[in-house]
Amino acid sequence: MSLVRALLLVSCALFSLGVYGILTRRNAVGLLLAVELILNASALNFVVFGRVFGDVHGQVFALFVIALAACEAVVGLAIILTLSRTARTILADQVNLLKG
Amino acid sequence: MLPAELLTTITTLALALLVLGGAVCVVTLSNLFRAALCLGVVLVGVAACFLLVQAEFLAFVQILVYVGAVLTLIVFAIMLTARITEQPSGPARRQGGLAAVVSLALFALLAVTTQTLAWPQPAQEPIPLGTLGQQLVTTFVLPFEVVSLVLVAALVGSVALAASPRRAPPTR
Repeated sequence: MSLVRALLLVSCALFSLGVYGILTRRNAVGLLLAVELILNASALNFVVFGRVFGDVHGQVFALFVIALAACEAVVGLAIILTLSRTARTILADQVNLLKG
Repeated sequence: MLPAELLTTITTLALALLVLGGAVCVVTLSNLFRAALCLGVVLVGVAACFLLVQAEFLAFVQILVYVGAVLTLIVFAIMLTARITEQPSGPARRQGGLAAVVSLALFALLAVTTQTLAWPQPAQEPIPLGTLGQQLVTTFVLPFEVVSLVLVAALVGSVALAASPRRAPPTR
């Protein structure tokens, strides 16, 4: 098995594990961890594709993915902190403030 | 002295085991702090994968931004919300079986799709760092600036969100 196929397999498995984490976790911080796994899988894919096709675009987009993942983590954690202050819970299935 | 190809195979296998083992821990451990530490293992493993495909700059960015900043933030959040999390409130997970079926099916689909394609051999020369920097400030200058703007907006917005609520200034 070539290096490319092996890394793509790792990336697929990482993505699926992230989806599993999102589907099963109840804690909002746990959801964020799973989202980080998914974003890492996509960045790894971009880098591998960039290497295979000898194109710089892959690395550029992986950089953007990493920067936007940092934004997502910051905003997500701010929301979780506010949630813990106002709703006294960070379990995603107990947050029903917007329920009519 | 091992031949280079065998060495690459062994390294790839070890890295894959490290990354996937860490990822399984991230999604299954019920102690969130330990899950976050396992996420650190996964992030370092992915950085090593970047090194394996000769994307050194990306590996450094990954370690600097992810392991240095994002992981620290997550650990902070876990510690700040620890008092709420400790209250017993039902199982830590839900719908485990169904989620396992869905994610396994997704993995099978993705794996079959990517493995059956004919991939060309990677180019001999890796992309030089100079090209990446030049492209970032010429072809990709607009997305680059937009990303900086998004970063500033996210930081200011999250500070405004998470700052402790202050009483409104007295009106005259």
